[in-house]
Amino acid sequence: MTSNNESQTLSLEKGINALKEQIDAPTAAFFSSCVHCGLCAEACLFYTETNDPRYTPIHKTEPLRRVWESEYTLFGKLKKVLGLAKPVTDEMLTEWEPLIYDACTLCGRCSMVCPVGNDISAMIRKVREGMVASDHAPEGLVGASTRAVKIGSPMGLRYKALAAQIKHIEADTGLTIPVDVAGADYLALLSSMEIINFPEYIESLAKIFKQANISWTLSSDAFEATNSGIQIGSSDIARELVQRVVDGAEKLKVKYVISPECGHAFTAIRWDGPNLIGKPYPFKVVHILELLAELQKNGLIKTSGKLEKKLTFHDPCQLVRKGGVEAEPRRLLAQVAPDFVEMSEHGKMNWCCGGGGGVSASERADELRLKVFKRKKSQLEEIDVKLVVTACANCRLVLEEGLEDNQMDMPVIGLTELISEHLIEE
Amino acid sequence: MELFGNANDFLIWVRGDAFSIALGVFVVGVLIRLLEIILLGRKVDYSEARGTEWGPGLKNIITRSKVDNGTFKRAPFVVVVGYIWHIGFFIVLLLFVPHIELINATLGLKWPGLTTPLVDAAAAVTMFAMVVMLWHRLTHPVMKFLSTYEDYLVWLLTFLPLLTGYIAFHRMIAPYPLALGVHILSVELLLVVFPFTKLMHAITLFMARWYTGAIMGRKGIKS
Repeated sequence: MTSNNESQTLSLEKGINALKEQIDAPTAAFFSSCVHCGLCAEACLFYTETNDPRYTPIHKTEPLRRVWESEYTLFGKLKKVLGLAKPVTDEMLTEWEPLIYDACTLCGRCSMVCPVGNDISAMIRKVREGMVASDHAPEGLVGASTRAVKIGSPMGLRYKALAAQIKHIEADTGLTIPVDVAGADYLALLSSMEIINFPEYIESLAKIFKQANISWTLSSDAFEATNSGIQIGSSDIARELVQRVVDGAEKLKVKYVISPECGHAFTAIRWDGPNLIGKPYPFKVVHILELLAELQKNGLIKTSGKLEKKLTFHDPCQLVRKGGVEAEPRRLLAQVAPDFVEMSEHGKMNWCCGGGGGVSASERADELRLKVFKRKKSQLEEIDVKLVVTACANCRLVLEEGLEDNQMDMPVIGLTELISEHLIEE
Repeated sequence: MELFGNANDFLIWVRGDAFSIALGVFVVGVLIRLLEIILLGRKVDYSEARGTEWGPGLKNIITRSKVDNGTFKRAPFVVVVGYIWHIGFFIVLLLFVPHIELINATLGLKWPGLTTPLVDAAAAVTMFAMVVMLWHRLTHPVMKFLSTYEDYLVWLLTFLPLLTGYIAFHRMIAPYPLALGVHILSVELLLVVFPFTKLMHAITLFMARWYTGAIMGRKGIKS
């Protein structure tokens, strides 16, 4: 028992230290500014679909707030000395764990709504660092990140699985999928889900790049774009996974790395990556939608025919609210989809599918995730579309599952695939 | 009043020594709090910027005052009542002629005020809106859940200057120097507590909005 308690105390200490490391000037400004108005709850689908006040975004940051107050403010230190401060305890972290991991997709909608301007979701991301360090991360995510580190992919996928898919695609289409081509301009990354569930994405890349005459390659060392370290909230794991991509890109001496149709992978490789490894990259990172929009602008993608179906675009949160990719998908859709309609709240105010930020990787969260899908369901019903286009393999799977759960017959497709279906055959 | 021979002595004290102490605590306290925040700094960002920080940061300071349509539809009460009492509070604080005279005497800054009946009405509306907001805080599931003793303390300390000012202006308590003294004292209480509570949001929200606007601006997100 004693050694159990000791290890618990040790892990709590590690957790609190990890939280301390996360505190910077913005965090302090944010906590100083919150007046408990409760508006962030109205921005969070976990609150709006359940009416449970515990899911209020700012409430989820309480462990970080306590550490900030008692360690980084004069008044808080005084309160601590007088024994008036509420400490962060192991019990508290246990209680908060489902709030942090099951009831937050890090979608960032709360950060758009907060009237004092607090970036609340960035703070929840910081709380996850403390959760991991104190052994409070959910099993599903721990498993995924262990597989990502040991095997190379969160779904336990090795290169030979990708090689098999490549062989299939090459045999079916007669296209060539370049692998480990040194000196190529672009290195394309993939997400495991694309390899397993949506290999159409790889085929689409090959078709589009062939037409646009792009010099590209895949890497057998660095094909996985998803980053479980970012989702679970461990900078150490995230750094290791980013370094793999950097090494792969440097080995092949590419000029660009393409982030695939995945939301958090873009955050990981585009924005967090250089800070995790502590230096700028020797290459540029583009999201596939940014690249496609650029190719389209330069007249390098020629499409024919229009999709005569009423459809909408589901903005992946990490692309639009954390990544700034908002206009590109609309420009691309304008070329092939005349009957494109927006959801009532779209773009930077789009509602999350409910499965981002690692939520869909945690089985424990399934019931809640399907419950909060009601928000997306009603958004889609409101505009009565026949097809949903998105640009994230995880959104796609979560949408498909949610639609099926609600007996809604509405296919979901990736935007890259949609564009490639309309390419003029040469 | 044992401590003060009469109401006039009391008024002299709150206007003199007490005012200096309160102002001193306020100024030093706010400076400490601001330094506590700023000195924490930010880590260097090595990612390649897509946009700038300063412009979007400053823009966000303005644009965050407007709530997005969806949120407004979901929570019109908090938004409307919140606007009413904040605006009313600043009308009373900054456009009441005796207040302007005091600011002029202290800081040498002057601007035109509103006629007293208008300020009087604004004070009444503000107090009413604040009471309604307190009721909302006590009953709305989220606000009730989030609120701590500090939220109620801060409400009271913000309400008292309005109430005591109203009482003094309408001569509801005699003698007048006592009523005015109590009003000034309530403001001094607010000043003293300000740096150590979430009243600080009145200053730090500019920083919070700037940081978020800058973080988003850098990534090319329309904040």
